[in-house]
Formats: sequence, structure tokens, C-alpha cells
Amino acid sequence: MAGTAAPPGDLRQRLAADLEDAYPALVRAHADAVYGAALRLSGSPADADDIAQETFVRAYRALRRYDVARRRTLHVRPWLLTITVNLWRNERRRAARRPVTVATAAHNGARAAPGLDPPDAGPGPEDRALATDAGRALAALLLRLPPHHRAPLVLHHVAGLTYPEVATTLRCPVGTAKANAARGLERLRALATTPTEEDP
Amino acid sequence: MTPPARPLPTGPAALRSLRVRAPAGFAEAVLERLDLGAADRFVLVRGPAGDLFVAFSGEGICAVVPAALVGGDPERFARRHRRATGRAALAAARPPAGLAAALRSGKGVALRYDLAALTPFERAVLGATLEIPSGEVRPYGWVARRIGHPRAVRAVGSALGRNPVPVLIPCHRVVRSDGHVGNYGLGVPMKRALLGAEGVDLDRLERLAEAGVRFVGSDTTGVFCVPSCARARRIGPAHEVAFRSADAAELAGYRPCLHCQPVPGWERSAS
Repeated sequence: MAGTAAPPGDLRQRLAADLEDAYPALVRAHADAVYGAALRLSGSPADADDIAQETFVRAYRALRRYDVARRRTLHVRPWLLTITVNLWRNERRRAARRPVTVATAAHNGARAAPGLDPPDAGPGPEDRALATDAGRALAALLLRLPPHHRAPLVLHHVAGLTYPEVATTLRCPVGTAKANAARGLERLRALATTPTEEDP
Repeated sequence: MTPPARPLPTGPAALRSLRVRAPAGFAEAVLERLDLGAADRFVLVRGPAGDLFVAFSGEGICAVVPAALVGGDPERFARRHRRATGRAALAAARPPAGLAAALRSGKGVALRYDLAALTPFERAVLGATLEIPSGEVRPYGWVARRIGHPRAVRAVGSALGRNPVPVLIPCHRVVRSDGHVGNYGLGVPMKRALLGAEGVDLDRLERLAEAGVRFVGSDTTGVFCVPSCARARRIGPAHEVAFRSADAAELAGYRPCLHCQPVPGWERSAS
């Protein structure tokens, strides 16, 4: 599940006092939320691992530049997920620019076989324990949503952000975040009841 | 494909079920990339004879390096630490508990040390060395007897030379039995400076040793000590008796001091 370990205020105090000392606790407290979001946004365990690791590496470098006051008032989880979302968007852009159809093939794979595992790597042992056929099918449907519908759903339901936090993370008004999430849910329901063959 | 009997759940609860745990080893992989995985921490503190870099792990203090040896540069200290231990060293905001007090009092006994990289023999040598009080010295042979290897005097010297936490584990308090101050990993001038800062009268000890005196006793108490023992220094000149050996002291009817234990294990061998 997302969200464990030390209370956020305590972790922020420790971050402010001694970054190197507190950072391992920060990684452990937010690893599930960040990895989970990266997995459900990208649909690929390998990409999720890259994106989530890179999130924590960049966050650490940024925190080293921040002064004590900024660290103490930081809303850690939405801030981390902002980095995650940016990395995911960059990865999509990079994939889209690739001349060969690697990304397209992966994307089509997800489209053509919503009930199957993502095409690369496959879920890790923890993931496998939680995964059910319905879960895998839903995860695949999620990947068929446009990114601006998928992101608020993943950030709210998977990463556990509140809608104001989702809005901050996606740099949009709260109303927009909620509306996009609602449209995303509608779209998912529609996709789930539409036979696959008829979907364009 | 056959459509599912019931429509696939797509509501908030179903989406929440898509939460996953990060793969095993995920946090460790991140911390490894950031050099935070197996990193020790270090502080710069004032020592009795110049500033010291003191590094510590979760287990305890694992390295002491005079700041002067690395030009007072934390980065140079961290590089040296990595070469010596294979672990990164990161600046800590706070020193480990008790460090300042131990440096002030010269009592390193109360601190926790991480000596996992040493051999059992080396750890035994350092453990015995920790018992030598500030302001006193003992010969290498004393340490050898104390750990039950009375003939391993040279090995004791080598083990002390590899002491990763000098000053705190006071290998500078171990000297040659002939009264000379002996070698020191950080250089003989540093050894003299540390002993001088603790009030050891090296000139007196060398004079006594040159005269063949290994122990001094008090003719009022009938107790004999190593010359640097705090009790021995309180003996008035009129009552001080010099001995060339423990046997000579025993023959004269003196017993060993319980404080400095001048001849560890001697009571056992005598009885």
C-alpha cells in the first residue's frame, strides 16, 4: 500500500536537520507510491523501475540545493510525484521521437491484448502476488486512456494524493484535475463494457 | 474473444487495487546510486592535540584521522575513508553521543566502536588498550599479558599500529618498556603531544627507565605500581621505593596495585 513509516512532519524535520540521515527513510516511506504511480502510468515494470529510481535520485539532488526552511515545509509526496510525472512525460516524448516503432509496438500490444501482461519484463514477485486477472485487465485498460485522463486517476487512486495535491502535481486547477479524473473513470467503464474487437 | 460474464470493475475501489509495492531491493538500489547505502557519517571535532575527523557507522565509531593529515579538507577525508574502508563517508550534523565528553576526559571506554573489520586479536589488543587511564602509560608487554599472550609483544605493536580509531582508543599510551616513547602510527611527535596534553611526564619516565626502574612502590602501603600510575605519582619522595622487576617487588613484600595492575596475570602465575 502507499504511505507507511514515519509521520510526514517528523520526516520533514529530519530532512531539514540532516538530509543524508533522513533520506533512506524518505525513500522507504514513498517507494511504493512512486513506483506504483510509475508502473500504472507507463504500463511497464522496467520503465517504472527506471522512472521511480530516477525520481528519487533527482529528488535527492534537488533537496541538497534546498535550504532548511524549504525542506521543512516541503509536501514530500506530491513533490516527488511531480518529478515522476515529468519523467514519464519525457519518456513518452522520447519514445514518440524514436524512428523505429518500439513504443508503438508496445502500445499496440497493450491495445490488442488488454487481458495479458505488459509486453516487456512482466510484474515482479510482489506485483504478481497482488495481481489478479481483473487487475491486469484494468491496468491494461488504464493504458488506453489518454495521458491527461490517466494521470489524475493514477495519482489519486494509486499514489494516494488528494485532488488538490493532484492539481499541484499536474499544474492545473483542482476542478480540471477532478473533471479529468471523472472523464477517465467514465471512459474506463465504457472501455470495460465495449468488446475489444470493436474498439478502434 | 468472449466478453466477460460480468463487466470488469473500473471504479475507485478497483483502481485502488492497482496499488503495488516497489520491487524488493528498490530502496537499496536507489541509495546505492546515491552513495547513501553503506555510507558512514563523519564529524570534525576538536581533539586534545589538534582537530580530528571522526567517522562512525550505525554500529559505532570506525575511524579517526587528524584533520592536519588531510589538510582539514572533508572531501579529502571522505576519499581517504573510502580507500581505507570501501565505504562512503558523509558529513553528519551531530557527533555520536558521548564523543565530546570522551575527548575532554580522555576516557574512550564509554563509546561504541565499529571494529568489525579487525581480527579478534586486534580487537583484544584495542580492548586492553582502552583500559589504560588518561595520563598513564603501559609497556607493550603489559598489553600482551593483559590479553593472555605474554609473548606476543611484537604482534601487539603491529596491532596498535593498525588502530583505526587512534586518540579515542589510546594506543599512544602504550610505550616501550625501556622508557622510550616508541612508535606511533601518526608519528612520534603526535604521540608526545597527546601524552603531554594528558599530563604524562615523559622526561621522568625516561629517566626512571634509563636507571632500570620498571616499578615504583610506597613503603607506607606496601603497594607497587607502574611509574605513571596515578597512585604512584602521589607517593612522597621519602617513601618512594624503586624496583627493577615485579619479582624484586614481591620479594620485598610488596603487592601489585589494583588500579594500574602493573603485571597483568601476575597473581595467577605467582600462586
